[in-house]
Amino acid sequence: AAPVQVRLVVPITVVFGPGSVPRDLPRPLPFRDVQEVEISVNLRTSVMSRYEMHYRRTTGQEEAALAAATAREADAALHPLQDTTMGSLTMYVVSETSSLLPQGISVYVGKHRSALVRAVGSLAALQARLREVTQVMSFTASSIATALSDRVPNGQLSPDARRYLKSSLGYEITFSLLNPDPKSHTVDWDIEGAVNRYVKPVLDKLSLVANFSVDSQILYYAVLGVTPRYNKESSSFLLSAHSLPHVINPVEARLGSSAASLYPVLNFLLYVPERSHSPLYIHDKDGAPVSTNAFHSPRWGGIMVYNVEAPVSSQASLPLHVDVDMTRVMEVFLAQLRLLFGLSQEEVPSEFLLESPGNEGLADWELDHLLWAHTVENIATVSTTLTSLAQLLDKIGNIVIKDDVASEVYRAVASVQSAVTKLSLGHLHAAFQASKEAVTSSERAFFDPSLLHLLYFPDDQKFAIYIPLFLPMAVPILLSLAKIVRETRLRKKEPTKMD
Amino acid sequence: VTVENFLRVLTGRIPPSTPRSKRLLSDDRSNILIYMTGHGGNGFLKFQDSEEITNVELADAFEQMWQKRRYNELLFIIDTCQGASMYERFYSPNIMALASSQVGEDSLSHQPDLGIGVHLMDRYTFYVLEFLEEIHPASQTNMNDLFQVCPKSLCVSTPGHRTDLFQRDPQNVLITDFFGSVRKVEITAETLSLDRHVAAFESKFPEEELATEPLKYAEQLPVAQIIHQKPKQKDWHPPGGFILGLWALIIMVFFKTYGIKHMKHVF
Repeated sequence: AAPVQVRLVVPITVVFGPGSVPRDLPRPLPFRDVQEVEISVNLRTSVMSRYEMHYRRTTGQEEAALAAATAREADAALHPLQDTTMGSLTMYVVSETSSLLPQGISVYVGKHRSALVRAVGSLAALQARLREVTQVMSFTASSIATALSDRVPNGQLSPDARRYLKSSLGYEITFSLLNPDPKSHTVDWDIEGAVNRYVKPVLDKLSLVANFSVDSQILYYAVLGVTPRYNKESSSFLLSAHSLPHVINPVEARLGSSAASLYPVLNFLLYVPERSHSPLYIHDKDGAPVSTNAFHSPRWGGIMVYNVEAPVSSQASLPLHVDVDMTRVMEVFLAQLRLLFGLSQEEVPSEFLLESPGNEGLADWELDHLLWAHTVENIATVSTTLTSLAQLLDKIGNIVIKDDVASEVYRAVASVQSAVTKLSLGHLHAAFQASKEAVTSSERAFFDPSLLHLLYFPDDQKFAIYIPLFLPMAVPILLSLAKIVRETRLRKKEPTKMD
Repeated sequence: VTVENFLRVLTGRIPPSTPRSKRLLSDDRSNILIYMTGHGGNGFLKFQDSEEITNVELADAFEQMWQKRRYNELLFIIDTCQGASMYERFYSPNIMALASSQVGEDSLSHQPDLGIGVHLMDRYTFYVLEFLEEIHPASQTNMNDLFQVCPKSLCVSTPGHRTDLFQRDPQNVLITDFFGSVRKVEITAETLSLDRHVAAFESKFPEEELATEPLKYAEQLPVAQIIHQKPKQKDWHPPGGFILGLWALIIMVFFKTYGIKHMKHVF
């Protein structure tokens, strides 16, 4: 793999509220400081993360905002006073005894790009806490290593390592309703309304990352490939955790996808079990029912089982009309979408309180998280692609490079250099856009149909084909040429002989 | 299926108009199974009786796939005469290969059907299928068992395999990694909390409505145009090589027969 050296610069502003300034500051406020940490993925790939800290006191307006009753209100009041460029972070340090943060919580992470941090005695301890916050809100060594997972030496990446969606220019999302028993259930789902109300805000926020297209379908008589078992204690049916891996393939054949687009497809399936298998619960490895009744498969999508309440009277006329509660369904599907992208909140330390992003689906810093990972991944991909293309061209000496392939390669090189430069200046958004252009150009150059190695014969094959054809033909021609040469030489000598 | 199409699908160097269903949309976590059968020889396999694919081309295609991480692990099974020659040239990591016969041996077919007059199946394929029919999605059978399929007593040829490029020990590789439909799944433990009562969404990036004229179908056969068409003015091109060569030949033959002295009468 090609060597990659990238510097990630995170501009951080640390604002000390009243009563929170540590006693052992090296210099009086305001001052700047730089911390560099190296993340080395393998011998030739290293990512240098550089945190440019700017320490200062609060302004009058910020102090007034910090005097709010709850952390959420304070964060909302501070938002207009912050620097909101992508990739930057602002941390407000409040005094140790402040009641702004609840008991036992040392950090409150807002849904934009700021956090409220409880002061600790010394600067070193505060810096350790600030570093923790920074890592949650931007990137960690493991998130960068996951983004560069195809460079991590095999064996170091565990087989259970996270497989998040690869960086792509677009994604297609398909919502499918599976009704295996239309005789018993007539299922109505207001998918269009749900997409407009719940999904569009999230996709709008993610539109900086990629283009999304959404479609939906209803499939009848589509069954899960696994027969659920009857659980006597709870008189319900269950799908055990080890049968879940076999559910997806039989269903996938019927899902279909848009023929025109090449973007990865994310499938979200809502399964309404048959009346004879209702209610159906998914159990986890320990045998406990899963609260969401849903599971997802990395890089594929998610499945949720929607149980229909049994009718009050057993004489109710079939089919039963089911109105799907789209809010509950979308809460699960959107959570699965976040998990597929790698935005999970389970690795956050317990003393951190994260503000819920609400209907937007993800916080600004989570978007930054994605952008950091995708930018690094794009740069690494471009570097590998171009290096491998160069190796291919070295190997096949007579390959023909068309002009447009050449211009795509130049464009890719220029874009990736621009992306690396912008990352080292701290312009995350611009770096991401440049890295996307670089990936598009490099993929177009690498996968150009004219570069198939089959089309270019090595020279020895050419000799092997043409010699048996032309050598027999060439023998009389060469002999006649030799005869002509001999005759002309004789004729030249004759005039002298005659004399 | 031609050799070119096959290699294009593998390497991804496909014309942009190819639909999704004809592409290999694999990524760095996909396990790929390639099974090839037919007539072959030392270092090649026949395609459609008119072309061959060589082991070098196949090895280069796999290397191109590896460079772009189009596979995680690849299982290559080949059932042809001298099948082992096809996997001799592989040099990319994470490839495991099985062949029905060694170099210099022929792979034989299994059941003759006297009614049709041809053989129905190859021996190695028959015994592999018999083995696979006993595997179910939850099976824990590993690759070492697959290597034992069709010993010389049943197959007459000696099946071979190659695992030196593969990172994991074949003992730990499940058959269902390649043949089963077992997916990695995770239980969804988190939910997003959504505000139920929210109005319809106004996008921050409204799509611009491009004003377009109403579209209509083009006339399928513009008869009026064809009838009243004037003959196209064709540019004059000088005669090509073939015509020139033909005339040169005719002139040379003429003057050879009748002698050069007639030249001055022509000019």
